[in-house]
Amino acid sequence: MKPLNEMRLKIESRSVNEAFGRSVVAAFAAQLDPNVEEISDIRTAVSEAVTNCIVHAYANSVGPIYIWSGIYENGIIKIKIRDSGCGIEDVRKAMEPLYTTLGGERAGLGFAVMESFCDKVRVRSKKGIGTVVTLEKRIKGRDSDA
Amino acid sequence: MAIKIISSSARISIYLNGEIDHHNAAVIRYEADEAIQASMPKTVRIDFSNVSFMDSSGIGFVMGRFRLVNGYGGKVEVVGLSERLYSMMKLAGLEKLVKLEKKQEKGK
Ligand SMILES: Nc1ncnc2c1ncn2[C@@H]1O[C@H](COP(=O)(O)OP(=O)(O)OP(=O)(O)O)[C@@H](O)[C@H]1O
Ligand SMILES: [Mg+2]
Repeated sequence: MKPLNEMRLKIESRSVNEAFGRSVVAAFAAQLDPNVEEISDIRTAVSEAVTNCIVHAYANSVGPIYIWSGIYENGIIKIKIRDSGCGIEDVRKAMEPLYTTLGGERAGLGFAVMESFCDKVRVRSKKGIGTVVTLEKRIKGRDSDA
Repeated sequence: MAIKIISSSARISIYLNGEIDHHNAAVIRYEADEAIQASMPKTVRIDFSNVSFMDSSGIGFVMGRFRLVNGYGGKVEVVGLSERLYSMMKLAGLEKLVKLEKKQEKGK
């Protein structure tokens, strides 16, 4: 299905761009008139995916992160975060809560956070080629504020 | 992102302000650990009242401080959590390791 509206962004995998990436997507989502919680859900989920590109995909280098977002009927927003980094050997395992290959300051909760704040999270990855994370969320809007 | 640390012999209070992501976490981790290691207080209290955004880096920050403080027999308290941050901390099962306290809702 063709989106009603879409945007694209390419950023370098520098940690200073984390705030920029999530803010751009949140600003694009604003046309769906999301409530405060929904905006925070999107900002947080995008921050997780972008941070993973910086911390894992391009662990010892700087590479491009491609962000795409599309708006669909019924208040649906889809967001794709793609990298050409190291890829994930076992996606199912990577998505388990508390699973991390880094340890230390990483909680292993990025995917769990994305799943708790979005309706759908899809991950496609190939070792040595890269990873695409697709987030989908239906924005109910400000009228639905509790 | 800003961090303010108030330190007494038995207790350190860490006030976080602004957005906690992977980029910002490095600075607050450095400053927090320096203060904690200098006095090894019985209680380390981390106040999230003025945190406007947090991703899993904030959870990692609390887990990391728990490991450090627990290592010398101290305890960590996390206070000022919004409903959102509280539910994120619980994703990690942090309620079993540290005391979690929600923020007093304004006007209630
Ligand atoms: N874009 C990516 N490229 C390569 N590996 C990835 C990517 N995203 C995630 N991973 C792998 O999946 C694991 C789980 O990711 P997740 O975001 O859930 O946890 P984390 O990043 O390790 O910790 P946290 O997000 O809590 O800081 C990572 O440890 C890493 O091995
Ligand atoms: Mg992560």
